Amino acid sequence: MRDVAVVSFAYSTSPKELAHNEVEMIVPVVREAIAASGIAREEIGFTCSGSLDYLQGGPFSFVMGLDAVGAWPPIRESHVEMDGAWALYEAWVAIQTGEVDSALVYGFGKPSQGDVHEIMTLQYDPYYVAPLWPSMVDMAALQARAYLDASGRTERDLAEVAARALRDGASTPQAIRADANATADALLAEPMVADPLRASDIFPTTDGAAAIVLAADDLARRVSKRPVWIRGIDHRIEPHALGSRDLTRSESTAIAARAAGVGNGPIDVAEVHAQFSHEVLILAEALGVDPAVVNPSGGPLAANGVMSAGLVRIGEVARRIAAGDANRGVAHVTSGPALQQNLVCVLEGE
Amino acid sequence: MTEPLLARHSLEYPGGYTRSVGPIVGRFLTGLRDGRLEGVRLADGRVLVPPTEYDPVTAAPTSVDDFVAVGPAGTVLSWSWVDAPRPEKHRLDRPFAFALIRPDGADTAMLHMVDVPSAAGMSTGMRVIPRWRVERVGGVADIEAWVPYADGDPIPEVPAIPGFDAMDHDDVTGIVSTGRLDFEISAGAATSRFLLGLAEGKIIGGRAPGSEDVYAASRGTDPTTGEPTSVEVEVRDSGIVTTFCIVNIPGLSDLAPEIPYASAQVLLDGANNTFFGLIRGCEVDEVRMGMRVRAKWRDDLAADHRSIEWWEPTGEPDAAYDEYKDYL
Repeated sequence: MRDVAVVSFAYSTSPKELAHNEVEMIVPVVREAIAASGIAREEIGFTCSGSLDYLQGGPFSFVMGLDAVGAWPPIRESHVEMDGAWALYEAWVAIQTGEVDSALVYGFGKPSQGDVHEIMTLQYDPYYVAPLWPSMVDMAALQARAYLDASGRTERDLAEVAARALRDGASTPQAIRADANATADALLAEPMVADPLRASDIFPTTDGAAAIVLAADDLARRVSKRPVWIRGIDHRIEPHALGSRDLTRSESTAIAARAAGVGNGPIDVAEVHAQFSHEVLILAEALGVDPAVVNPSGGPLAANGVMSAGLVRIGEVARRIAAGDANRGVAHVTSGPALQQNLVCVLEGE
Repeated sequence: MTEPLLARHSLEYPGGYTRSVGPIVGRFLTGLRDGRLEGVRLADGRVLVPPTEYDPVTAAPTSVDDFVAVGPAGTVLSWSWVDAPRPEKHRLDRPFAFALIRPDGADTAMLHMVDVPSAAGMSTGMRVIPRWRVERVGGVADIEAWVPYADGDPIPEVPAIPGFDAMDHDDVTGIVSTGRLDFEISAGAATSRFLLGLAEGKIIGGRAPGSEDVYAASRGTDPTTGEPTSVEVEVRDSGIVTTFCIVNIPGLSDLAPEIPYASAQVLLDGANNTFFGLIRGCEVDEVRMGMRVRAKWRDDLAADHRSIEWWEPTGEPDAAYDEYKDYL
């Protein structure tokens, strides 16, 4: 296996990005990541993006996105209809083949242009589930209650998670929702949105883009003072039918965590793609990490750029390791209803 | 800074999207139409509801020969409350619960709705039973909703579909998926400048500061480098047909009510990319590569691509191939 490192990371968020189209939203982030990578744009061996056509209601949104990266002379390029973190996985595989030594990975989306809770309904089983139009929040709420019932935890535990996300978000420039003085008591006074979830338990709608540059072996060492190495990366998926799954835990996350080697050393920082408060608790258990080190950025409850927030989890962990604030960490990314599919990435400093 | 233009956009399949369901899903939906709730028995003895063509754990195929009756009563394993039903989406127009319901005799749960007046009427473990629609079509919504049920109470009759005898009807083979998503799309900065230019009868493009290449219309970058096209450049409303095709399919463009018509790529004078448009003002068999054309503007200009109705021959001599060969 080749050593592959995150050598740069940039991201942006907005509650509603009206001033710029998707291309214009991507450009500053991609330019910042490339500039910080120390690798010239023309030298990057592979480009891979993650996006979701349904967010803008039109096909092949990624083709327009290419205007942001410069695709002439023709470049090696690919795309996933998933969060940019799965594009990073593809890029990592591409580098493993030995064909390329570096990759630009980006994810982007403007969910504020539609109703993202409703858009996500289209990913469900078209025969049994989608005709009833449960939103992604309804699906998450079913998991939240199943978890609360089974674990003995309460709405207060969810509110504690949500309050901490708001407090941590106060020190994250990209946070859409933040409050340095947030308390669980105050959040528990809010009305229910999708019982047992309140607004503070649910991610804020976030437009955004994120970019990461990966580099292998000596190239990473040459361009980076402290390369952040990907020590393990794996993703697993569960059946799509909620009624066929154990919603009280995330078995796919646990398997991916073992495969990625989360338990092979201390975890100083974890960033999990928990778009709902209960998911923080389920994921910390599945990863086997101390909840105290989870989501120091505030996580997706503070900012959740759809199709980029997963890549941001990897970037937020890498950023802390590169800065020397942590040495070893884990990032988690999810896709599908109620944590159906989960990617786990272990990162470590040089 | 230019105020970005917004456009409403809807995504919808007119009449719905037709899906064939196959024998397993079809058998289940046929059961719903006929007022029966069924599951499929898996190799390990568990009963899967709703049935899929495969065991979700082992992927082993399932069989219509292994269908078994379940329910009709069931148990709520989890639920969430919907305070504000979505118009034209949700099947009930009053608050309701989504729930995972395990029918009696099944080992898995199905997602459906429970109709109670408030969340106070919901609890994990509560017993529920289907309330069937009268007009059942062979879809998951043939159960209108589940309602609370006290064990020992009589099982409600399934209402007959008026004038319908299941013996006269084949099994369900397909469903029609309806749905519509609404968007409000921002054109962004560069495209807004371009569209507002059209309202003044101008074609506004842009170039990156370090490049001479002008793009009209630009989506905000030089697509060869990704550099922002921050320098605004007006180009002329005339140019060269680089390539074209003759369209014989009716109804593709409201700008060209009659077929055949020609659509073409036009290299605008002063631009370094081509621009799509229709060619009129000559017979389609006169359209040719290198032909010089000029925009035919509408009388009532607007910030809308339809401000240029089509492109017409100028009568000037054709451009030499070398002038446009790099844009093919």
